[in-house]
Amino acid sequence: MLNPQLVMYDEELKQIQAIATKLQQDSRAQTILLVDKNGQLIAASGKADELDTTSLSSLVAGNVAATGGIAKLIKEDEFTGQFHEGKGISIHMSLVGRRVILVVLFDKNTTHGLVRLRVKKANLDLTRIFEELAVKAASSPAFDPFGGEITDDDIDNLFNE
Amino acid sequence: MSFINYSSREINCKLVYYGPGLCGKTTNLQYIYDKTRPAAKGKMISLATETERTLFFDFLPLSLGEIRGFKTRFHLYTVPGQVFYDASRKLILKGVDGVCFVADSQLARWDANIESLDNLRINLKEQGYELDKLPYVVQYNKRDLPEVASVEDLAKELNPTGVPSFEAVAPEGTGVFDTLKALAKQVLAELKKSS
Repeated sequence: MLNPQLVMYDEELKQIQAIATKLQQDSRAQTILLVDKNGQLIAASGKADELDTTSLSSLVAGNVAATGGIAKLIKEDEFTGQFHEGKGISIHMSLVGRRVILVVLFDKNTTHGLVRLRVKKANLDLTRIFEELAVKAASSPAFDPFGGEITDDDIDNLFNE
Repeated sequence: MSFINYSSREINCKLVYYGPGLCGKTTNLQYIYDKTRPAAKGKMISLATETERTLFFDFLPLSLGEIRGFKTRFHLYTVPGQVFYDASRKLILKGVDGVCFVADSQLARWDANIESLDNLRINLKEQGYELDKLPYVVQYNKRDLPEVASVEDLAKELNPTGVPSFEAVAPEGTGVFDTLKALAKQVLAELKKSS
């Protein structure tokens, strides 16, 4: 497969969370989200509780996918950053490695320049962690999360609860 | 591809509903949304045109119960069915864990079904997937309408490998959850195999 399964462990999540929190403070941003390119939220920092992060993650991923599609059509490798300016809140999105999207939501308390500067540093640290994570996941022993066959009852229970 | 979070003990999977224009992909998601208890669903998002045709995708996050201590989340997506939105369809297939092909049973849509299924195979291949190796189910929708092809004929043309298939009337919900459950089961089983 082109896109190996994303696996997250306690240790790495803590490191990622710490970088997100530091980025949020240093850039004076409202919220930081780390989203898998497939639209799954990985980590969040700041005022994430006030947001519908599930919907946001999916739309951010769709947006980045569409932009990637545009890049391909004009024979660009990839657009690594995007910026949407709003009256109150603006959004800066950048790719971490080729797998993860770093989303920064910020208001007038900061500037786009400061956000970009801080994102650059955080991006390097995050890239390293996600690379290590990919190596770790690939070398980890096979893991069976369910410990046995999935039965029809298991599935029915999921939908009937 | 799925996202397994050992830290929060969560499994996230992406399911895509594919099929020709107006076959009922959005209607499937709408019914699932309407019938799922509030705590288990997020907001359904439809990126649609002013005439309510899907422009980019519909998105429905389901946060179901646990299977042996792992919380399971399914993100359901539809693709835009209209032929000229092919570039968008390819994007939605990125990272897919399971596919449901929704066929329109009406005889008038016979060729559209075949064309859409071919398109699915081609687009998956571009992303490095083989349809026959993915969790996959087929739904024969609109069984309540007049002038529909027989299920035998549809199966012969659209489901030669005999994957699980279901007759459906999506607005009434007939077959909708059966289809989703069968796909969910395959996806979770595949997760176990690939882990």
